[in-house]
Amino acid sequence: MDRIKSVSGFFKMYIEGFRTMTWGKTLWIIILIKLFIMFAVLKVFFFPNILSKRFNTNEQKSEYVKEQLINKQ
Amino acid sequence: MNVDVSLIDWSRAQFALTAMYHWLFVPLTLGLGVIMAVMESLYYKTGNEKWKRTAKFWMKLFGVNFAIGVATGIILEFEFGTNWSNYSWFVGDIFGAPLAIEGIIAFFMEATFIAVMFFGWKKVSKGFHLASTWLTVFGATISALWILIANAWMQNPVGMEFNPDTVRNEMNDFWALALSPIAINKFLHTVISSWLVGAAFVVGISSWFLLKKREKEFSIDSIKIAAIVGTIGIVLSVITGDSSAHQVAQKQPMKLAAMEGLYDGGNGVGLVAVGLLSCDKEPNDGKDPDIFNITFPKMLSFLANRDIDSYVPGINDIINGGYPTEKGVALSTQEKMDRGKLAIAALADFSKAKKAKDSTALYDAKQRLDENFKYFGYGYFKAPEDAVPNVSLVFYSFRIMVILAAYFLLLFIVVWIINHKKKFENMKWLQWVCLLSIPLAYITSQAGWIVAEVGRQPWAIQDILPVMAAVSDISVASVKTTFFIFLVLLTVLFVAELSIMIKQIKLGPEAEDTLHG
Repeated sequence: MDRIKSVSGFFKMYIEGFRTMTWGKTLWIIILIKLFIMFAVLKVFFFPNILSKRFNTNEQKSEYVKEQLINKQ
Repeated sequence: MNVDVSLIDWSRAQFALTAMYHWLFVPLTLGLGVIMAVMESLYYKTGNEKWKRTAKFWMKLFGVNFAIGVATGIILEFEFGTNWSNYSWFVGDIFGAPLAIEGIIAFFMEATFIAVMFFGWKKVSKGFHLASTWLTVFGATISALWILIANAWMQNPVGMEFNPDTVRNEMNDFWALALSPIAINKFLHTVISSWLVGAAFVVGISSWFLLKKREKEFSIDSIKIAAIVGTIGIVLSVITGDSSAHQVAQKQPMKLAAMEGLYDGGNGVGLVAVGLLSCDKEPNDGKDPDIFNITFPKMLSFLANRDIDSYVPGINDIINGGYPTEKGVALSTQEKMDRGKLAIAALADFSKAKKAKDSTALYDAKQRLDENFKYFGYGYFKAPEDAVPNVSLVFYSFRIMVILAAYFLLLFIVVWIINHKKKFENMKWLQWVCLLSIPLAYITSQAGWIVAEVGRQPWAIQDILPVMAAVSDISVASVKTTFFIFLVLLTVLFVAELSIMIKQIKLGPEAEDTLHG
């Protein structure tokens, strides 16, 4: 058994582990597709941060939320 | 300004959909993690290869669940920024600190040690590998801790001060937030009750192997460990659940009243074991709240106040006020609404005084705001009845959670005894019961969250921000669109997980390497 004896051995373990995956690769493909859809599609096109999209400064955001909270009653 | 009710409902529905979907993966990660770590500990202690093989199989399923579930919680953070922007701003750094700590510590712990767990069997010592497995489980558990601290703050906001300049709650006592008794209890109850899901999963899948006449020794060993972990988990969950109900009684009496369908409180109130609520019951309408119920006498008073004759307020009492509390006579909801409107008006006056640079008016407005801030959220209600959550949903969810937890306690004990007597392998009917009980474990876990979250309604943050003020000013159509996108996406992911999971289960433990074919 080729035991890890150094920090670089740890990195080799990761590389070898990923390289020799078989069905585990399917999981990684699903993870990557999922992350792509989440961050490159959903976040960009459907889930903007409303306050950051509408305002540039924290003062403007504060004023807007204050107005919302005062007028929503 | 009127808030479109359908906007609130669609935003809530979307949040509920994604939270419940996320919660399909988390309890299995937490529960299965403990079981596989116990199995590996037995391998470390005994040196018996069968425990290594057993642990490796369950690790494989842990890996599938972890991979599909990982990052699904981030979608909730997207929704905070889009659908709940007022809330996101209002909570200030309260959520930022715990979530940042979660991201940094827990994520890196999991990412580091999960790789050793899967890739390191032949690369590190047995002891180091075992430590990595436990640290993976610990990392997942710590992840849950920070999320639950944030959630507990929404149930009982502490350790902060509202800044009317920024309109944000600013943390002034991190430890009051992190070590709030509600946060600690919520963490323990959530994590430990997840062991039930892991145990039901292992017992059910092992039963499937026995039904297929495969992997007899593996299945018997797996059931032995899982039934013990499940039993311990449920017993500890009863203890933490009892503490949780006691805390709810002190901090969220409306939630407790909804859990019990209790409209008119009193002294020495019984705990409803089973019951059927009237469909058309409204607060203060004089009608009977239930069609029938069976109660444990005086138990609700004991649960709420540790005194069998103590007073527990019902929904009508909380609306009408006037009952005694530790802090004096309770205000009516109308009085709280009046105080809330004073707080909102004070915020408006503060803003005007700031613009006019009128320091006297500024000071006066701040004084009025501070005096009434703890009722701030009540100022948004049109009627006192707006403070009542969906009683039926909370009532039935609570009973489903408790009854199913009792069922699983009985099931695990019976299975463990029969398995110990070496008779389980021949009891096909019980194997079928175990297999078919897997979905029930998920229902138990989800029902617990429905009690916690629907019971908190209409509040996003208890007493200071209702959902109607927390929601963003966006179009209903956009929320509906993203709701259905999520529905499709999450369904596809769920089907993918199920198909991979079923494939790996069918391959069985003989497909030795955890991620390598």
